[in-house]
Amino acid sequence: MIKAIINVSLKAGVLDSQGKAVHHALDSLHFKGVNDVRVGKQIILKLDTDDKTAAMENVTQMCEDLLANTVIEDYEIELV
Amino acid sequence: MKVTILQFPGTNCEYDTQHAFEGLGATTEIIWHKSESIPSDTNLLVVAGGFSYGDYLRSGAIAQFSPVMKAVSEYANNGGKILGICNGFQVLTEAGLLPGALKRNDGLHFISKHHHLKVENNDNIFLEKLNNNDIVNIPIAHHDGNYFIDPDGLKDLYANNQVLLTYTDENGNSKNPNGSVDSIAGVCNKEKNVFGLMPHPERAMETILGSDDGVKMLQGFLNV
Repeated sequence: MIKAIINVSLKAGVLDSQGKAVHHALDSLHFKGVNDVRVGKQIILKLDTDDKTAAMENVTQMCEDLLANTVIEDYEIELV
Repeated sequence: MKVTILQFPGTNCEYDTQHAFEGLGATTEIIWHKSESIPSDTNLLVVAGGFSYGDYLRSGAIAQFSPVMKAVSEYANNGGKILGICNGFQVLTEAGLLPGALKRNDGLHFISKHHHLKVENNDNIFLEKLNNNDIVNIPIAHHDGNYFIDPDGLKDLYANNQVLLTYTDENGNSKNPNGSVDSIAGVCNKEKNVFGLMPHPERAMETILGSDDGVKMLQGFLNV
């Protein structure tokens, strides 16, 4: 079995309002030295295969079709 | 004139939409998302507002794969007229039938209030009863209404007169409630048969409820 960990976040250049709000909150809690905050989401899939190449191809298609909206979001896939 | 209204699990504006169009003299039919076809006598298909599939993953993301959506795409590609209101706008962008995407509001709050809009382009059936630069007062009610499109896409929208409505104050000065690119509240496709907007014209049909500016907007479709 392969586990696919998918991180979806807004593209660089697309304003991340939630990230900005979290950044402000960290500032007001006096956490210094935070340069930038981006908030995304993580989707974890358990796949019924041991073939990493096929899994990567399959999960990439899932991201393109449904899991990410590529107009505004980027995705990263990690297979473990 | 027959208006067909789509209903997904979580849609909640289908009856308001039905009431609004029947008040204008249209016959209506609400169809469930499992339907695999659109009634053949449909003159206008409305993707109504609400929270299809609980807005899970992203607003409109799951609804785009409902059984009925294949028929919706075919209907659009054959020149059928489609109006997406609020969640319906989100569904149509997710399905690729309209350009751009709707993000979380910049202020992160759900916004529910009347807002003024300026008519940017009336050379389409939706807004032909109005004049360019007319100001209308229409309710908005959304959490993810922050319209985004990349700079190239934005250029195309302007080049083809696809920007329908922008958010303004009552005097027509730009006023942006949610962070939308260029305060855009509604757009159409290049062929001008698919329309989407975040505000709710179907909730602005009677002055006693705050505004009847939605009448002129929805009436545009009655000549279809």
